[in-house]
Amino acid sequence: MTPNPTIFTPLLIASLAVFAWGCWKRLSLISLGKPENRFDNIGARVGEMLMYAFGQKRVLAKPFGINHFIIFWSFIILLVANIEFMLHGVFPWISLTKLPDGILLPLLLLLDIASLLALAAVAVAAVRRLISPPYPEARTIEAFFILSLIGILMLAYFGINAAKISRMQDGALVIARTWMPVSSVFAGMFAPAAGATVYSLSWWAHAFALLAFMCYLPHSKHMHILTAIPNCFFRRLEKPNTVPREEFAVGNEFGVSRVDQYSWKDLLDSFSCTECGRCQKVCPASITGKPLNPRAVVHDIKVNLLENASMLKKGEQPGIPLIGAQGEGSVSEESIWGCTTCGACMEACPVFIEQMPKIIQLRRNLVESEASFPEELLNLFENMEGRSNPWGIAPSERTKWCSQLDVKPFDKNTTEYLFYVGCAGSFDSRNKHVSVAMAQLLDRAGVSWGILGKDEKCCGDSVRRLGNEYVFDKMARENVEIFRERGVRKVITQCPHCFSTLKNDYRQYGLELEVIHHSELLRNLVQDGYLKLNGISGDLGAMVFHDSCYLGRHNDVYDAPREVLQAATGTAPKEIGRNRNNAFCCGAGGGRMWMEEHSGERINLTRVKEALEEKPDTICVACPYCLTMFEDGLKDVNADGVKVLDVAEVMAEAALR
Amino acid sequence: MLIVACIKQVPDTTQVQIDPVTNTLIRDGIPFIVNPYDTHALEEALRLKDRFGCRVAAISMGPPNAEATLKKALALGVDHAILLSDRVFGGADTLATSNVLSAAIRKLHSDVDEVGLVLCGKQTIDGDTAQVGPGIASRLGYQQLTLVDRIVDMNFSGKIIRVSRKLEGRHEIVEAPLPAMLTVVRELNRPRYPKVPMRLAAADATVEVWNNQVLKLDEQKIGLKGSPTWVSKIFSPDRAVGEILGDGNSDPEGTAEMLIEKLLAKDMLPI
Ligand SMILES: Cc1cc2nc3c(=O)[nH]c(=O)nc-3n(C[C@H](O)[C@H](O)[C@H](O)COP(=O)(O)OP(=O)(O)OC[C@H]3O[C@@H](n4cnc5c(N)ncnc54)[C@H](O)[C@@H]3O)c2cc1C
Ligand code: SF4
Ligand code: SF4
Repeated sequence: MTPNPTIFTPLLIASLAVFAWGCWKRLSLISLGKPENRFDNIGARVGEMLMYAFGQKRVLAKPFGINHFIIFWSFIILLVANIEFMLHGVFPWISLTKLPDGILLPLLLLLDIASLLALAAVAVAAVRRLISPPYPEARTIEAFFILSLIGILMLAYFGINAAKISRMQDGALVIARTWMPVSSVFAGMFAPAAGATVYSLSWWAHAFALLAFMCYLPHSKHMHILTAIPNCFFRRLEKPNTVPREEFAVGNEFGVSRVDQYSWKDLLDSFSCTECGRCQKVCPASITGKPLNPRAVVHDIKVNLLENASMLKKGEQPGIPLIGAQGEGSVSEESIWGCTTCGACMEACPVFIEQMPKIIQLRRNLVESEASFPEELLNLFENMEGRSNPWGIAPSERTKWCSQLDVKPFDKNTTEYLFYVGCAGSFDSRNKHVSVAMAQLLDRAGVSWGILGKDEKCCGDSVRRLGNEYVFDKMARENVEIFRERGVRKVITQCPHCFSTLKNDYRQYGLELEVIHHSELLRNLVQDGYLKLNGISGDLGAMVFHDSCYLGRHNDVYDAPREVLQAATGTAPKEIGRNRNNAFCCGAGGGRMWMEEHSGERINLTRVKEALEEKPDTICVACPYCLTMFEDGLKDVNADGVKVLDVAEVMAEAALR
Repeated sequence: MLIVACIKQVPDTTQVQIDPVTNTLIRDGIPFIVNPYDTHALEEALRLKDRFGCRVAAISMGPPNAEATLKKALALGVDHAILLSDRVFGGADTLATSNVLSAAIRKLHSDVDEVGLVLCGKQTIDGDTAQVGPGIASRLGYQQLTLVDRIVDMNFSGKIIRVSRKLEGRHEIVEAPLPAMLTVVRELNRPRYPKVPMRLAAADATVEVWNNQVLKLDEQKIGLKGSPTWVSKIFSPDRAVGEILGDGNSDPEGTAEMLIEKLLAKDMLPI
């Protein structure tokens, strides 16, 4: 049976209809989401889309990324062949062969090679899924089904061309062998007499594979073929290191407990997930055996949306709750509380899905609308609201750390920098040493600085990441008010959480501060000659440096602390296995500092063990939470000989002797 | 049936210092909180509301700014929040305070609904007398059950309550007819956290204020005039200087043993 428009045309129309209906049915659900402006700065968006969707920059960053790159580009190139195929099937007179040779022949070569590469890539992907899948659940029937469809498409493409070549002679054959080398090899595999049979078999195999792929696509994870490109276009152009504000008015809803309370972009995210599993492979919660899996969270949002769509459209209550039910389509409370907001998932995701803000939205619902959260947090919330610090220590004790020093209050007329000490630096006995070291270094370098003293309040980082936006909002307003009143413009922080909150979160309140992390300031002071180093700091031995998530991944400060250590000790610190933007969280972010870890291995232990593989004598950090987590972890593995020091303490050893 | 929770606004005493010269409390800039024991009384009232569907009123005697305390109660879910505030109530000791509070409870009983239970904290963290609850009970003729750490059983229709009282080294289960006044200890429950929609509603809600024109009490029985106790002096006792024994760094085991011996000698460790 040769290609037959009377049979193919209705099949094509039906498939197109199924495809369009499938796409519409799913993608129209995106409009159920809340409005969010992702249409600003179109130029930059196009650039991002070109680099990450078409350039596949993030995809290529991991092993097997090249495989996907090949499949992606083959698909784009073969789009020409497939469109021609469908048109030709309906209107047999339409054919690429009508093109002038100067265009046709290179195009045929390109299609031939693209098909071969795609075939090889598909085979590699299939074998990988058999032998060592990216994650165990990736070994699905669906994955193999789709891979075989693509394989059939490629083989059939060769079959069609091979059949045509088998009928060629002389000059035409020579040309075909030059411009369709792969198809020519296939042509040598059967007798020319079988050409007609091969042609019609291949043609119909191609037709069915193509139409089946089309019908199936919208119902599978391969939907990402259509959504990943716009998802890169609509990505958050700034780092997703914060969450949007909430409006506190009577009648408003807080956080997300129904999918339609997410923004349309969150819903688009859920349709864009390629289920590559890269996020779960870097997630400290997933890795250490907690129930949280960022891929599953994104997947559950999609499933929930699909299952509840008809009810949501009618404005009815959804059948499957988004939080707390068993099975697909619902995220367990335990998962929601597992996130350290380390941002590793978002750094790894090839299509810029923003998992962390979605989790915080769920926390907001639990805290603000349900008052349901792990019981350890009750004290934290009350202490933060009542005394503006996590421990509930009397605010009058905020200046105890500097009782032996001559520290001046900040005064906008006479001081340049506000040293925002932070709660850990003010109250935590170990971290007070870091504050003292910082104060002495600032004085030694002749920096003009002052503190707010008893009037300093907590920045609110933990409560915001824990979803207690109501309390955060109160704290942020108070702080913004104080900063404005006092005329603060430049702020030094020694805590990456204060750093990020003052720098990024308070911008949402219209406060633009010049916030500098102490590692950056110390680096500048050395570079500019204000801090004279009289020698090398003492017996630190072999050093490693641990990147704090809120300094590194969330704010791209990687080099400053390393340069401080290099300057102070004369040698660059050694790197821990996972470092810089791949660094593994200490376990304290996202308010996890104040919570118990009930399942799996403790995150700080995992990280401490990783650091110890480098056989360090000193582990250097640039964050008070990391300092606590490492000291605790070292005690647990009885590595008492190993010290943990903040970069400021290392610098103080070198500069203050 | 109505349950009344008595809640008092107190200065956050962990932040209060005593002026060494005048021997008075330095209250400037000290934030106020709900007396911690009273948050447990309020929580238990709300739990009974959740269970039996009864109504809850929170009452507080104090200056106008004690309204904040009652707004917190509204945010947690009480149905009525009443501030008892009048200059003539000022300077009250426990006797006068009990007079005002019991008058308010009587009024709630006649105006709103039959009062079945009054819940008070065990004591306040500023006055610390633990007298007001019992004072209310005796004025109203209610049964009084102090130091309650668990409501074992509650039967509104049969008008019976059975509670566990936390005493030194033992518990006592006591049954009493309603109406009753309970003073509660912190082990009773874990207070809930307010939900944001309720906080917002509470912020807009008005707290009812009852002054003496409403309560119409004899001025000789309230406020300073109705208070037979006088505070003659407040002072911080000098803290005995401690003594460092042993050396935890060089000999942790020996030091720990020494500590245990000393505690045993003073009968401060359960054996
Ligand atoms: C040394 C001292 C000095 C004082 N000086 C002054 C003063 O100068 N001016 C002044 O106005 N007062 C003053 N008082 C306060 C006043 O005498 C008592 O605080 C008040 O009578 C309540 O007693 P209490 O705090 O010991 O409560 P407790 O008997 O310990 O309280 C038990 C429970 O009764 C309830 N309760 C108590 N008071 C109230 C209330 N006001 N509203 C609602 N429920 C309540 C609560 O449930 C509380 O948990 C002083 C008290 C003391 C001890
Ligand atoms: S932010 Fe970190 S902890 Fe949270 S889901 Fe992502 S990778 Fe996991
Ligand atoms: S969320 Fe991103 S990283 Fe995670 S599985 Fe989906 S596409 Fe991959």
